[in-house]
Amino acid sequence: MSPPDDFRRRIEQQRAYLLRFARLQLRDRDAAEDAVQETLLAALGAEASYAGRSELRTWLTGILKHKIIDAIRRAGREPQASLDDAEDGAALEELFDPSGHWGAPVPAWRDPDASLEQAQFFEVLESCLAGLPAKTARAFMMREHLGLETDEICKELGITPTNCWVMLHRARMALRLCLEARWFGAQETPRR
Amino acid sequence: MKPILSCREVTQLVSEGLDRRLGFSERVALRLHFAICRSCTNFNWQIGFLRQAMKHLADAESPGKP
Repeated sequence: MSPPDDFRRRIEQQRAYLLRFARLQLRDRDAAEDAVQETLLAALGAEASYAGRSELRTWLTGILKHKIIDAIRRAGREPQASLDDAEDGAALEELFDPSGHWGAPVPAWRDPDASLEQAQFFEVLESCLAGLPAKTARAFMMREHLGLETDEICKELGITPTNCWVMLHRARMALRLCLEARWFGAQETPRR
Repeated sequence: MKPILSCREVTQLVSEGLDRRLGFSERVALRLHFAICRSCTNFNWQIGFLRQAMKHLADAESPGKP
């Protein structure tokens, strides 16, 4: 097998991983497929610049992140029919009493580190992520999945830093609740 | 920054602490609150864990990855 074919094959082996990464952020199968396809094409044309400097997967993920941001930019120009903001904030308010104290105590989670070893935990986490309102999820995933800084997210989404922090906060509150309800709170009963 | 924060304010500040560098008085206010509030201490820990879990999710070596 000639070296170029070998490189192509090694890149192709990463497709499933890249697709999964893209779908988590973009929440759209077609958009994710497009971003991965663009990534693989760009990678094939840039073999010389790869030169084994890092893990192939890490290098490809770096290219994919740029393609994902391009996709978010393109989608951002389209009108959005999302009304989730108000609803999202209201649900958050219900967690606290009027003086700002927790309505119900926040229990400790038992042995969370063990959860990180379990595939089922990540299934639950992904399903919790899928349950976030679209805008909230986009900001959160840009921060925690793509690893962008707040100012970059603000710029891409055209929002103020304060808005950005509020959105990230809502996302974390919702995910914490979801994990508690669907994973940590259910620990006493046997898991499926 | 007022010295006594409500739990609601603490949750926002804990979250912002993952996205920007908190000021000295903000960090002091959080510590004072954690000292007397078990719920917010648990919350703080859980939000840190969430970040860790998200890192694992993107990480190729975590369980359940193709």
